[in-house]
Amino acid sequence: MADKTSSNAYWAANIRIITICMVIWFVASFGLGILLRPMLSGIAVGGTDLGFWFAQQGSILVFLGLIFFYAWKMNKVDAEHGVEE
Amino acid sequence: MDQYTLNLIFVGGSFALYIGIAIWARAGTTAEFYAAGQGVHPVLNGMATAADWMSAASFISMAGLIAAVGYGNSTFLMGWTGGYVLLALLLAPYLRKFGKFTVPQFIGDRFYSQKARMVAVISLIIISVTYVIGQMTGAGVAFSRFLEVESDTGLYIASAIVFIYAVLGGMKGITYTQVAQYCVLIIAYTIPAIFISLQLTGNPIPGLGLFSTHIESGLPLLTKLDQVVTELGFAQYTTLNTSMFNMFLFTLSLMIGTAGLPHVIIRFFTVPKVSDARWSAGWALVFISLLYLSAPAVGAMARLNVISTIYPQGTQAEAVLYEERPQWMRNWEVTGLLKFEDKNGDGRIQFYNDKNEGFAATAAERGWTGSEFTYNNDILVLANPEIAQLPGWVIALIAAGGLAAALSTAAGLLLAISSAISHDLIKSYLNPNISEKGELLAARISMAGAIVVATWLGLNPPGFAAQTVALAFGLAAATIFPSLMMGIFSKRINAMGATLGMLAGLVITCGYLFTYLGMFFIPGTNLLENTASNFLFGIPPASFGPIGALANFAVAYAVSMMTSPPPQDVQDLVESIRVPKGAGAATGH
Repeated sequence: MADKTSSNAYWAANIRIITICMVIWFVASFGLGILLRPMLSGIAVGGTDLGFWFAQQGSILVFLGLIFFYAWKMNKVDAEHGVEE
Repeated sequence: MDQYTLNLIFVGGSFALYIGIAIWARAGTTAEFYAAGQGVHPVLNGMATAADWMSAASFISMAGLIAAVGYGNSTFLMGWTGGYVLLALLLAPYLRKFGKFTVPQFIGDRFYSQKARMVAVISLIIISVTYVIGQMTGAGVAFSRFLEVESDTGLYIASAIVFIYAVLGGMKGITYTQVAQYCVLIIAYTIPAIFISLQLTGNPIPGLGLFSTHIESGLPLLTKLDQVVTELGFAQYTTLNTSMFNMFLFTLSLMIGTAGLPHVIIRFFTVPKVSDARWSAGWALVFISLLYLSAPAVGAMARLNVISTIYPQGTQAEAVLYEERPQWMRNWEVTGLLKFEDKNGDGRIQFYNDKNEGFAATAAERGWTGSEFTYNNDILVLANPEIAQLPGWVIALIAAGGLAAALSTAAGLLLAISSAISHDLIKSYLNPNISEKGELLAARISMAGAIVVATWLGLNPPGFAAQTVALAFGLAAATIFPSLMMGIFSKRINAMGATLGMLAGLVITCGYLFTYLGMFFIPGTNLLENTASNFLFGIPPASFGPIGALANFAVAYAVSMMTSPPPQDVQDLVESIRVPKGAGAATGH
């Protein structure tokens, strides 16, 4: 295990990245797909509106982007803090 | 070659493949039996996870569920994929670093408590057993429909196949058969979806076709669908017909539940490194998305096709004559999944929403005396190749795909159950001195026992089988997910807090479900009628998971704060699972 200070900094960096990702996760699905749909009803997408697209396609694509971003970013953070495998 | 022979060749061929893999991937050690020896490539693990996750419900039922309601059932799409973000960010990498074999083992070690471990074992077994019933009946039904055998005979065949590769290969055998099963099921799902999208919109990618122009009418596909369903008195497809609160809560419930399902979590124990666990969750979602991005298109397009089959000249014109109905309707009529009843005796099939009072006047004007056509939602996927007039081998592929989806999920669940019994119950509790060879034998016997129980439950499905899915997701959300998350993200949660937290989640969730759905789901024993006006704060039983999770978090935190913090070695354990460095091969002890 890495020493205490560097592992604290590492964990804080991880929590920060997770928080950002979770906010995007929430906005893409619960936000744009459900709660904000009435506000966005003016933006037409193929016979319906943006909220419908996010609920049936967009949210899944955002989830995919988030997981790959997190894996890529954490590999870099691991190396920066010297805790990679 | 007739359809039956084609089905037999495709299903038989896929089974031969699974057995071949089972013989090649025999497990020689407990590490191989429980975690495939931690040697699975992250992309392959992603495929296996996708097959593990996508059950008969995803493959056969989901598109039909979306088609029936439209926008409101987007909950399944977001819920069953969004859970992977939680898994990838909050659980998978740390549990892989921990490097043991089962979910209860992590809970037992992290909360230094056999009691916590046993509560986790009980939750895991309730979740997985209720989940496996649906897979076994699904496999039986798929057999009987495509291979014209009795449903029970089909179930015995399915059990025998799973028995061979699960008992022989454990996680190792299951992983590689799941990879093959994924390939079978995704090809089976995608080919008809591409053709149907091409026919209706000219776009070969179903997810894009859904938002393209409907060739025949020149309108956007979803506008056309909204138009025809409302002309028949149904609710608009693209609008929300339930409450936003219900949609929000049900989606959240499915997401947290997904992240807490033990048979999915243990798949991430099989990859070599922590970074592989992160990538692997991404690959799993890639392979899941290939089906989930097509499913809403399949649903919407199939619903439009069903309506235009019945009203070939448009919904304002006369319905089709019963004698002139297409061949696929004749085929599926035999199975009872499609039904006609000529209520007004005009020889035509009128299909509309006869529950809509606002539409009654229009119906009466057109001489209709009730909707004459009903169909099971599953038909939209099962009959898809026939509706799109695709060749016989595509239909045979759907048969093999449906069976692959049911069998792969059943095997994953059975492994979660048997490893909890042999590793958490026998090895850790009943007989700690058992040898490696003895434990491997115990694992195989547990697997065989679990298959026998699952088969019996499949043959005698409890009448409440459909409702137990709510129980599986609710409990996974209320017990497993919060405990794992607190175990990783807090060093302060102690044995007492975690145990009581899980018990609180378990009791409150079961209690809420039993209040509305009956004690142990026995009809007639519910305390309150299962209607929205009775629900606490309007929360439907199927959406209760997040509340159970909240109870677990709150109790665990409060109790831990009132009692002493965990010992130093446990706090060190938490420190060590938080950093990837030093993740070696998993150990059994």
